[in-house]
Amino acid sequence: MPLADPYLLPMAALLTAIGVTEIYRLGPAGNAFRQGLWVVIGVGVFAATLFWLHSDYRALERYKYVFGVTALVLLFLPRLPVIGEPINGARLWIHIGSLQFQPGELGKIALIVFLAAYLRERREVLAQGRLKDWGPLLVIWGAAMLLLFVTNDLGSALLYYGIFLAMLYVATARISFVAAALGLFLVGSFAVAQGTPHVRERVTNWLSPWSTHPILCPQNGQMMLRQNCQSYQEVQSLYSLGHGGFGGTGLGHGIFTGTTGKQVIPDLNTDFIYSALAQELGLVGAAALLLLYMAFVLRGFRIALAATDGFSKLLAAGLSFGFAFQTFVIVGGITRVIPLTGITLPFVSYGGSSVVANFLLVAGLMLISHRANRLEAGA
Amino acid sequence: MNKQLLHVSVAALVLLAALIVSTTYWQTWAVGDLADRQDNSIQLITRLTVDRGKILAGGRVLAANVRHRKHGLTIFTRRYPSGSLAPQVIGYATEAGTSTGLEQSLDDYLTGANTNLTNTFKEELRRLGNQTVHGANVILTLRPAVQALALQQLAGRCGAVVALDAKTGAVLAMASSPTYNANLIEQPKGYAKVLKIKGSCGDSSALVNNATAGLYPPGSTFKMVTAAAALDSGAYTPSSVFNDPGYCIEYGQHVSNAGNPDQNGPEAFGNVTLAQGFEHSINSVFCNVGKHIGGEEILKYAKRFGFYSLPPLDTPPSASQASGLYKNGKLWTPKDNFAIDSGRLAFGQFNMLATPLQMALVAATIADRGVQPKPYLVQKIVAADGSTVAKTTPQMLGQVIKPQTAAELNQMMQLVVQAGTGTTAQIPGVPVAGKTGTAELGLGSIYDAWFVCFAPANNPRFVVAVVVEKQPNGFGASVSAPIARAILEKLLGR
Repeated sequence: MPLADPYLLPMAALLTAIGVTEIYRLGPAGNAFRQGLWVVIGVGVFAATLFWLHSDYRALERYKYVFGVTALVLLFLPRLPVIGEPINGARLWIHIGSLQFQPGELGKIALIVFLAAYLRERREVLAQGRLKDWGPLLVIWGAAMLLLFVTNDLGSALLYYGIFLAMLYVATARISFVAAALGLFLVGSFAVAQGTPHVRERVTNWLSPWSTHPILCPQNGQMMLRQNCQSYQEVQSLYSLGHGGFGGTGLGHGIFTGTTGKQVIPDLNTDFIYSALAQELGLVGAAALLLLYMAFVLRGFRIALAATDGFSKLLAAGLSFGFAFQTFVIVGGITRVIPLTGITLPFVSYGGSSVVANFLLVAGLMLISHRANRLEAGA
Repeated sequence: MNKQLLHVSVAALVLLAALIVSTTYWQTWAVGDLADRQDNSIQLITRLTVDRGKILAGGRVLAANVRHRKHGLTIFTRRYPSGSLAPQVIGYATEAGTSTGLEQSLDDYLTGANTNLTNTFKEELRRLGNQTVHGANVILTLRPAVQALALQQLAGRCGAVVALDAKTGAVLAMASSPTYNANLIEQPKGYAKVLKIKGSCGDSSALVNNATAGLYPPGSTFKMVTAAAALDSGAYTPSSVFNDPGYCIEYGQHVSNAGNPDQNGPEAFGNVTLAQGFEHSINSVFCNVGKHIGGEEILKYAKRFGFYSLPPLDTPPSASQASGLYKNGKLWTPKDNFAIDSGRLAFGQFNMLATPLQMALVAATIADRGVQPKPYLVQKIVAADGSTVAKTTPQMLGQVIKPQTAAELNQMMQLVVQAGTGTTAQIPGVPVAGKTGTAELGLGSIYDAWFVCFAPANNPRFVVAVVVEKQPNGFGASVSAPIARAILEKLLGR
């Protein structure tokens, strides 16, 4: 791939390195080793994808419904009784032996491929707004949304919806679609919030994480302040940011365990790894990390702009926006820009499926850029 | 499609830029607010990693640390080697982050957060280097031996002893009884045990510092304030003559002297001077003084002595109470003379409540020729490297009464001990000036027994105030004056 974008892989490697370093620091040591192993697998998958699709990745376009169905199956897996396991009220993991896997991460890539292919094919008709052309798309999207609400995985629901909207806009240039879909989402999530205590709680925790009077804590049935029960994780994570301050405590000097040995912030190395990094590296480090994400996204969109065909443009845009929006959902949740929903920070969070999925994402972007640059050089 | 791609890419970058803004908010602007939150576990753990400064007095360690290694953290917890000596003054600092007493008010010094610039810089470097931060040590003015004697003399009865250096205002003893062992607080069920300690009076809390927050009717010790008002305003001289028929007429009713158990000998004294009225603590004399000069005038002088405001002490404001008239449990300022029973106020009854520290300050003012010294508990604050962070210079709070008035009151108080109600406080070879008080509680023959004094009267060095609560047939002269004498003797080295 001599003509592929030269910046993507080093940036991905740097983010991965930051992640593995912090996972090693947070311990136990086995975690960093496992993450390292997953990085090796991720790079393997990355190399295999490049090799397999190096002649023309656009062949994928023909199998769009395979990708659509694959996305659904991957999302559906955690609901299965034997291998599915609910964690923190959300069913997003599957268990095969001692191996844990979050299939939703890979489902994301499959969904982007499907949407890119489908929207490329139908974009003119879609822009006209004829109802029958919307059918298959709405079905797949609707099913995905429904499944996500059933599995309680709000973070992914938000992410998929964001990706869908961005790609729909790129394909149709109809801002009214985006506005209508946004409105639909707000109404839909309001309805869901009424019906699902899990969702309502997230919104309350976002608006007022600190309560002045004790309220009923559903976990233990006692009257407690919200910050000691429902919003404990959010609030302690903000304290972690505050403790880091401008310069941070320095790597290895952050405070994450209490005197009883209990971790102050649960899920620190997955959803909340940003809080750990922001405490130890301070605002300086956190801002640098975010700038790195921005640079990555910028390169992604340059690839989309340089691509010559609709499928490539849509695919690159979907992958880049998905990457950016996933970062926004988790970091925005931690910093109280939006309600907190658990999702991994790309390349940095602990978790095999996340690492593999993100290396696939890089592979996709590199394939697209290689083809675009080759065409340009050839022309 | 490229136009839309540009739009979407800008949207994506704006979202990520918003994250930099929000992170900046939490890591700069909101840092102080977050650190102040009660439920901030990180802050709590950080506090425990500081090697908190020791609290020392007279070479004895009153508060020290135990070092633990827990889950990769070095933490320090508090230990109180003289746990029950002055827990109401020292207070406690728990692992859970609650603190009281000097542990609370001097927290910034003890954690090294508030020292001089060089030290702050040095400790900040240690913090960055992940080394233990050492707080500053606090050296108190308390004399452990005197403090121990005071507790021994109170012997589990409810009450308090305050001893001040008359010249500087340094607090040499501040004993509150009943007391408790501060090491109990963090033990399992220890706090509940402490709450159960009620003292012999049955309703005192061991956690309350009776010396600064115990409100007692001052009884006849308040005659020091009334006499000060009477003399300083020029309304009377020590030789002003009164006729004592054994009672005073208040609102058309007889207020009998007989209610005053300090008074030995005949119930009616006949013609006496103001000085003799003070010497024998004759209520009718002071009742008439009060009626003549008015309750407002007495309160005006009381305020000058520090009533109606919290004493300026190093302990937290919440550990002190203001002395003054109380109504329905609240400090009360009457609108005018008609709202005050001036006659009864003059001999320390009515709704007057005072703390032992306040009465000690009244005596200290008289001893210091009318100038009130500022009381203080902290002698010196020394950083971990031995350098002095702060040192208390004695301060005067101002001229409360004329030097002439103070001299006259000093004489009158000497008469009390020489030949009046306070003869039990006599120390051979040392002139003692004092005033007894036996406050009626409306509980029959159960009284709060007071004695407030200073010595040597000709060159005052020490002030002592003693109150013992709810003593059956316990008079100031019989219960509290001997305690005050024992404390004075110890202070004078006899």
